[in-house]
Amino acid sequence: MAPAKKPAAFCTQGVTSLGRSQTYKRRALFALKKKNGGKFPVHAKKAAPAPAASKAPRFYPADDVSAPLAVHTVRKPTKLRASITPGTVLILLAGRFKGKRCVCLGQLPSGLLLITGPFKLNGVPVRRVSQTYVIATSTKVTLPTVDVSKFTDTYFKPTESKRAKGGDAAFFEEPTTKAPLPADYVANQKALDAALLPALTAELKSYLASRFTLRDGDRPHLMKF
Amino acid sequence: MPFKRYVEIGRVVLVNYGPEYGKLYVISDVVDQSRALVDAPDATRKMMNFKRLALTDLTVAIPRLASKKVLNAKLAEDGTFAKFAATSWGKKLAKQTATANMNDFDRFKATATRVKKARAVRKVFNQLKKAAQK
Repeated sequence: MAPAKKPAAFCTQGVTSLGRSQTYKRRALFALKKKNGGKFPVHAKKAAPAPAASKAPRFYPADDVSAPLAVHTVRKPTKLRASITPGTVLILLAGRFKGKRCVCLGQLPSGLLLITGPFKLNGVPVRRVSQTYVIATSTKVTLPTVDVSKFTDTYFKPTESKRAKGGDAAFFEEPTTKAPLPADYVANQKALDAALLPALTAELKSYLASRFTLRDGDRPHLMKF
Repeated sequence: MPFKRYVEIGRVVLVNYGPEYGKLYVISDVVDQSRALVDAPDATRKMMNFKRLALTDLTVAIPRLASKKVLNAKLAEDGTFAKFAATSWGKKLAKQTATANMNDFDRFKATATRVKKARAVRKVFNQLKKAAQK
């Protein structure tokens, strides 16, 4: 069994504390010589691969244009606050549903949170929301195993509205008809609610149905959510 | 008006300023006009200015500079800290910390019960009022 190699000791950067002969002994180079019949082993140089034969290019650009650097960014979904987990009750702070308390279902690949009212309790449909516009309360709902795979980012992407190529007059005209909701949206919402509502107690249901407000005497920087 | 609570060895004090805010200590010794040595079961004995301390009604019969063992034994025997928690001062402090630690759901539940009670009371009151006016 070969004895363990002792690492080099440095007294300053790049300067070992042992000199040449001591280092020879520390590294036990005599063993190498012994194996090779009194000499250090000599290895043949690796043959460098012959350069591929290529014709000279017919065209050289006039100016030396530097190639753009390769992009190595890795896109990851936004890092979620530790307080936001599937089943957390969130308070929405902006938008049409500000003040409403809703249930977080998870994070989508785009980084946005998937939430639902449930719709039956407070009118918040299954929706995407950014975590910056949300207060995460410490109340957690134990979510039953719900299939949320159909609610992806593409599900929520608005359909491209056809712009009239009429000119100035058509540009200023307000669109009279609102695009109807896709047919399966209502059914999906009902199915999701039917799965979630049994998991909520009566107290939680009235809690989710109510809106969050600040009143006189409330100090939000001291309130625990 | 004579003083009723004296600074003495064994006086139980409540810290009302600084990092130890809200903790109960026992005066182990008096250093000078402004400072005391205070001790508690889960703290190292330290000097504190009297300005940081609020005297309570409770005392513990300990000798000067009592060792931790002696102090802990006496406190456990008298149940001093539990006695403080049972006083109106202690109960008030407990209520304040509980209110401060309420989360959003707790606040909702508190409001809901208060509103429910008020409605019930008002209903009976209005019924009585109506009966009295007849």
